[in-house]
Amino acid sequence: MGKKVAIFRKEHFNAAHRLFNPDWDDKTNSDVFGKCALPNYHGHNYELIVKIIGEPNEKTGYVMDMKVVSDLVKQEIIERFDHKNLNLDTKEFKNLNPTAENIAIVIYDLLRPHIPVEKDLQIRLYETPRNFVEYPI
Amino acid sequence: MVYLTRIEHFNAAHKLYNPNWSKEKNNEVFGKCANENWHGHNFELYVTIKGDPNPDTGFIFDAKKLGALVSEKIIEKVDHKNLNMDVDFMKGKLCSIENFVIGIWQELEPNLPPPIQLHCLKLVETAKIYVEYYGGK
Repeated sequence: MGKKVAIFRKEHFNAAHRLFNPDWDDKTNSDVFGKCALPNYHGHNYELIVKIIGEPNEKTGYVMDMKVVSDLVKQEIIERFDHKNLNLDTKEFKNLNPTAENIAIVIYDLLRPHIPVEKDLQIRLYETPRNFVEYPI
Repeated sequence: MVYLTRIEHFNAAHKLYNPNWSKEKNNEVFGKCANENWHGHNFELYVTIKGDPNPDTGFIFDAKKLGALVSEKIIEKVDHKNLNMDVDFMKGKLCSIENFVIGIWQELEPNLPPPIQLHCLKLVETAKIYVEYYGGK
């Protein structure tokens, strides 16, 4: 059994969203989601930390080439979500509430097929400097 | 003379868009920031006042009261809002952080009790972008 190492790549994007359950009336949405349910949207600077765990390759010493990880995250995530309205502009959140929890799951599902199966992937997403989520745990 | 800074946070949606221009011209000048469905940020507002410490309290101005004043006059109007649509003092203005910081100054400065003087507003839009305004022309 080799030695496992975690590598991390940080990327940023910013986006507008609102939290809203279309099956509920406005009052229930307001009661549950507070200011986050306001109809004209608000927004965040999201900070994404992609964590990949595996054994360093014998020839390169890399778990994964950081440049490859960076290009992958930019192509699959940043271009999709940066300067967008998550509710209106992305197919991923057409029918899914764009909470930080759900955004982290969506990001994981988008990246997972591109990461070699023997490596573990974990997503940490900061919605604000004080609110952040991790998936999977 | 001592300078005291209070930091407050809010988040909001906006877009950079000149209604007198075509969509193509807006995209050319403002790029992704012109997305018609908005994007958003976590903003940080640094409010710096200046004055001499009061001989009885040692304060220029009670920092907690300054926080309450900034919250009442600014944060409640902008937090979780759409700057273009929801904020009265930005109506009809381009929602750049330059114009936004001037608008905040005009809202806040008249509400500071004499002899407190507003020295500087620093508005941070992203980890890499901020503006400072010292009043005047």
